[in-house]
Parts: sequence; structure tokens; C-alpha cells
Amino acid sequence: MTLRIPALITAILERDLRLALRHGADTLGAVLFFILAGALFPLALGPSPELLRRMAPGIVWVCALLAALLPLDRLFGSELEDGSLDQLLMTGLPPSLIALAKMIAHWLTTGLPLLLAAGPLAIMLGMPTTSMMVLLTGLFLGTLILSLIGGMAASVVLGARRGGVLLPLLVLPLTTPALIFGAAALDAAQTGLSWGPDLELLGAFLAAALPLCPLAAGAGLRAAVE
Amino acid sequence: MPCPHHRPIARRISVIPAFTPPGRPLLEVENISVFRGERLVLDRVGFTLEAGDALLLTGPNGAGKSTLLRVLAGLHKPEGGHVLWSGVDALADRSQHAGRVAYLGHQDALKLGLTLRENLTLAARASGGNPDLCMESLNISGLADLPARMLSAGQKRRAALARVLLAQAPLWLLDEPSLGLDINTMGLLGTLFAAHRQAGGIVIATTHVPLPLPDARTHALPGLNESDIPQPLEDFPEDDLL
Repeated sequence: MTLRIPALITAILERDLRLALRHGADTLGAVLFFILAGALFPLALGPSPELLRRMAPGIVWVCALLAALLPLDRLFGSELEDGSLDQLLMTGLPPSLIALAKMIAHWLTTGLPLLLAAGPLAIMLGMPTTSMMVLLTGLFLGTLILSLIGGMAASVVLGARRGGVLLPLLVLPLTTPALIFGAAALDAAQTGLSWGPDLELLGAFLAAALPLCPLAAGAGLRAAVE
Repeated sequence: MPCPHHRPIARRISVIPAFTPPGRPLLEVENISVFRGERLVLDRVGFTLEAGDALLLTGPNGAGKSTLLRVLAGLHKPEGGHVLWSGVDALADRSQHAGRVAYLGHQDALKLGLTLRENLTLAARASGGNPDLCMESLNISGLADLPARMLSAGQKRRAALARVLLAQAPLWLLDEPSLGLDINTMGLLGTLFAAHRQAGGIVIATTHVPLPLPDARTHALPGLNESDIPQPLEDFPEDDLL
């Protein structure tokens, strides 16, 4: 059994990636939302380069946070509706590892594309290329945190009516620390201060979320099929 | 027609009695009770099955047949009672119990965007079985590379049954397996049941129509008394249903 765990996790990942490719429009939705929402800010705030450069870290981070929310309620929702969740549990994989596999799949299909789109969006907003490394490192950690916390919340609200409304209300407060540290690191980099501590705190947040979120999500999955 | 992939079951089953205290049946279900909200759905249900036995669960709609199957599969935790496998508490480690069970729900659990073969990959990876042989056993090899969205209801049911075979598990829990099947496939199902029981497996199925399970025992669930049916309340507190 122990030997089969990595193979099963890879099988779930393969399946989810294949589904993401087949339903390409759904998958691209989050990234397109991210770029569009980011592009709205210059229109609303006016084209002053100085203002946009000041606001770019916040814009990129908030848009990424909101975009990552979009596919969350389908993450486990579609599995529950067609009975696949039962079959996933019947593979003998512990529920927390099923949840972890789904969270990794969420990161690969949403977090990674967001990370790739963040660079162009930041340049568009006039962010100096010197702080690009800090942005991408911070967002790398941040999107991982989002997938973990988002996956946990998605499994907790699974089966609840109005779960889709509940989900952002649950995820957004929990991810505020990531937003604060991530945007603060960028701000520090732009003003020439030390950005290391902020990224380290972000990393610490990820280190705490990595074991805790899948455990909570696993309990949520068990409860959802009851 | 003993299909080739049934051999591992036979091997595994023949090992199991070695751990079994003499005279102990393979599956013992004792006093299972389940509440749904305020309502007692299953009231101290119990039976025992030996290797090779088959059991049909009957009863009116809402009698708790599907719930009982989910309890036996380890998907639903009962409020009371035990499920013993070879004398050992099966529900203590539900992930381990999953390895003994092939569960067919009332939904087919197929991803419409994936082909039939891709749909079976996960189950194949879990059990180490051969999906092509199982699809062949249910006469759906020709559909292997079609996306599931193009299949008819009966073909989807056959695919879900192929996954049951694929699990190579001794305990089959089938929720209305005949749903949407044509007469030929029913015959096929009979052969597969016979081969599985021959190999020492157990079949438990819920059904409203006769299934090709000769000398299967029947366990009738009583269903609801009129007085047990919850009456709709005025100003029902909706949020409590969450």
C-alpha cells in the first residue's frame, strides 16, 4: 500500500491535468480574469506612471488572490456531484493525500499560469524590472498558499448549499497574511529596503499550511460523502 | 467463463481463511444503525456472509439500502454497530478497508471529458489490474478510446461495472447494478457474478428487479412506518439543513 501512494497521487494529477487540457476554456478563465482585472486599474486610476508603479504590487497581488478563487468551488464540487469522490476514496488513498493531490492540481492549473502572467502584468503597470524577482518569488509562495488554503476551504464547504458564496468569505480572511507579506516585500524592494524578512514570513506561512491544510481538507472530504 | 484477472482474487481469498479463526464467517455485519438527521434509517441491521455468498438488499424507496452499502464500503460512519471482516473490525481503518471493496454507486462516476480507458486509469493504478481485460469482459473494448460523454447510459453503466472488476476486491457492493443494462449484458453480469463467487468473493447488491444471482439470500429492509415520516413544519429552519 505504502508503495502505491506516490503512483496514485501522480494518477490523480495526470487525470486532473488531462481534464484541465480538455476543458481549456475553463482553465484559461482564471488567467484571463487576472489579466483583465489588472488591466482595468489603469483605466480607472488614470494613466499616471508614478501612481501605477506605486500601486502595482497591491494590484498584482489582489488580482492573483481573486483569480485563484474562481476555479475553487469546482475543485471538489464536480467530484462530489458525479460520484467520483466516492471512487477516489475507494482507491484506499488517505483522504488528506487525495486533498493534497487536488491542491497540487489546482496550483498547476491555476497558480502556475497566474505566475506566468504576473510578469507581463507587472511590466504593463510599470513595475521596475529590478523588483521582478521579488514579485515572482513572493507570488510563487503565495499561489502555493492560496491553493492549500483554498483547497481546504473548498472541501469544508463541500455539500453545503450556497457553498460558492461561503467560499470567498472563508478563503479571503485566511489568506490576508500572505497578501500583507507578499505586497510588503515588493514595496520594500521598490523603496530599496530589505525584502528578505517578508519573504521568509511568507515561507513560514507556507510551511505551516503545507501539513495542516491537507489534513483539514481530508476531514472535510470524509464528512462530505457521509 | 472465468476471466483471467479473476485469478488474483482467488489467490488472495484463499489466503484469507488462514487468518480467520475457525468457524468465523468472512463478513459479519452486526447491529448497524444509522441516523439521517432525526430519522433512524437503519435500525440494528445484521447478517453474516461466507466466502462465495451473495446477498440482495430489497425494500421500498428510502429504506436505507444505499446507505447500508455506503456503510459497508466505509464511506459512511454508522451511529452504531460493527462490520467485521474475517473477525477484524473493518471500519477501524477505512483506507485499508477500501482495498477489500469494489463499490458501484448509483452514479457511474465517469468524467465526461475523458475517454473510457482514461476513466479507468486511476482504479487500475490502485489495484494493479488490467483495464483492457476488464473492458473486454463487459464488451466495451471497442469504446475504450471514446470520450465518456458520447456513451449511452447503459454503456456508462458497463464502464462502471468494468471498474468493479478492475478493483480485484473480494467484496462487491453494487447499488442497482442492472440500471440501464440490456438483456445481453444482464447475461454477462450473471457470468461475472458466478466467476467472482466461484473465486470466493462476496456480492451484495441492492435491486428492485431480479438479478442473475442464483441462490442469493435476500435481506429485506423494512422501510418507514407512516409515523416515522417527518411532517413538513411551518417556518422550517432552512439553515439547519446545511
